[in-house]
Amino acid sequence: MECVLGISCNDFVILASDMTNAHSILVNKQDEDKMFKLSDRLLMAVTGESGDTTQFAEYIEKNIQLYKMRNGYELSPPAAANFTRRNLADSLRSRSPYMVNFLLAGYSERTGPELYWMDYLASMIKTPFATHGYGGMFSIAIMDRYYRPDLTEEEAYDILKKCVAEIQKRLIINLPNFQVKVLDKNGIRALNVIKSQNLTA
Amino acid sequence: MGSARYDRAITVFSPDGHLFQVEYAQEAVKKGSTAVGVRGKNLVILGVEKKSVAKLQEERTVRKICLLDDHVVMAFAGLTADARILINRARIECQSHKLTVEDPVTLEYITRYIAGLKQRYTQSNGRRPFGISCLLAGFDFDGTPHLYQTDPSGTYHEWKANATGRNAKTVREFLEKNYNLEEMEDEEKVIKLAIRALLEVVQSGSKNLELAIMRRGQPMKMLEVDEIEKHVAAVEKEKEEEAEKKKQKK
Repeated sequence: MECVLGISCNDFVILASDMTNAHSILVNKQDEDKMFKLSDRLLMAVTGESGDTTQFAEYIEKNIQLYKMRNGYELSPPAAANFTRRNLADSLRSRSPYMVNFLLAGYSERTGPELYWMDYLASMIKTPFATHGYGGMFSIAIMDRYYRPDLTEEEAYDILKKCVAEIQKRLIINLPNFQVKVLDKNGIRALNVIKSQNLTA
Repeated sequence: MGSARYDRAITVFSPDGHLFQVEYAQEAVKKGSTAVGVRGKNLVILGVEKKSVAKLQEERTVRKICLLDDHVVMAFAGLTADARILINRARIECQSHKLTVEDPVTLEYITRYIAGLKQRYTQSNGRRPFGISCLLAGFDFDGTPHLYQTDPSGTYHEWKANATGRNAKTVREFLEKNYNLEEMEDEEKVIKLAIRALLEVVQSGSKNLELAIMRRGQPMKMLEVDEIEKHVAAVEKEKEEEAEKKKQKK
């Protein structure tokens, strides 16, 4: 039902997430923001159980801010990713595990841009491009075909547009809007929402 | 003295109604290096006396002024180790508050939290009170500036300007004489007032001062050594001019 896509290149990481919020057969809204800004250089796009997503994402976000207050500097992307994974793993064998899948994008001077894929079983991989959801199954093949590490922002945005076009053509569930955000050395920026009308043009 | 029997266990009142451990904690505060806070209209400033370091010791730039959250800064006088614990708890509370209600803490809330923590330690068995007095400064999210002081007993009050630690009385008297509400609109005057107040009791001038400035909507700024020197020089000049005027009047 929900879908998030991510591509990491030499200078930036770009994340796209669908904007549909639905409960069973009813669509609540088509403009939901599923991306959480954990810090100036960390962005997380979350899917999964409604409620768990916000709860988990906000908990991680506040803990990352606490680290910044305590130590005077921010957690690096690998450290933040491992911290997040550790929290997910600890909750997995507790009374009520978090049912969330997400992509974590980070940028640091030392490591450059990075993309981490994590699922509800607390498995984590660092990868150049990744997806979650049924829509992701169509998209990963498109990314395989067109990905290069030296893509420009426009080229990466185009690949995402191709992915969204395929999702909207082949996925039985209607996902008309995809929000896109890019993270680079200047921070987090929102790009144009990919809407179904814009694609047919 | 009857106090000899009533000052061991913290939870015991003396016959004349004193909690001696709390009063001794306040004495510990009076031994700590001076901290001063001034609230202006658009900026709040905290200044501390930096103790001079031994020759072989690495000088750490920030020790006594700590950021609790993006908009709250704290200075203290007393036992540094006790302060570390309180600061840690306060930082956690700032984030926890944002997690539960999505809003940053107000100065009053976090002061009340810290004061509540201190009070709990004056009423439980086997624990001694925190030996520090805190000055909390910052802007609420509605833009109003605040300066609060807490003390080891767990009471807190809001102030326009205050000092704590060694010679706090002298500094407070100076502030009472020279605090002028209209002048506090001017940033320069606020900074100068804080520096002048500290210089009343700090011996060797700009090397031993540390100042943190909090402006509405902006992150905390620690003044650089050369900036402090500039202000100290200006303050010294003003003092000389005032002394001259007094001499001429005579």
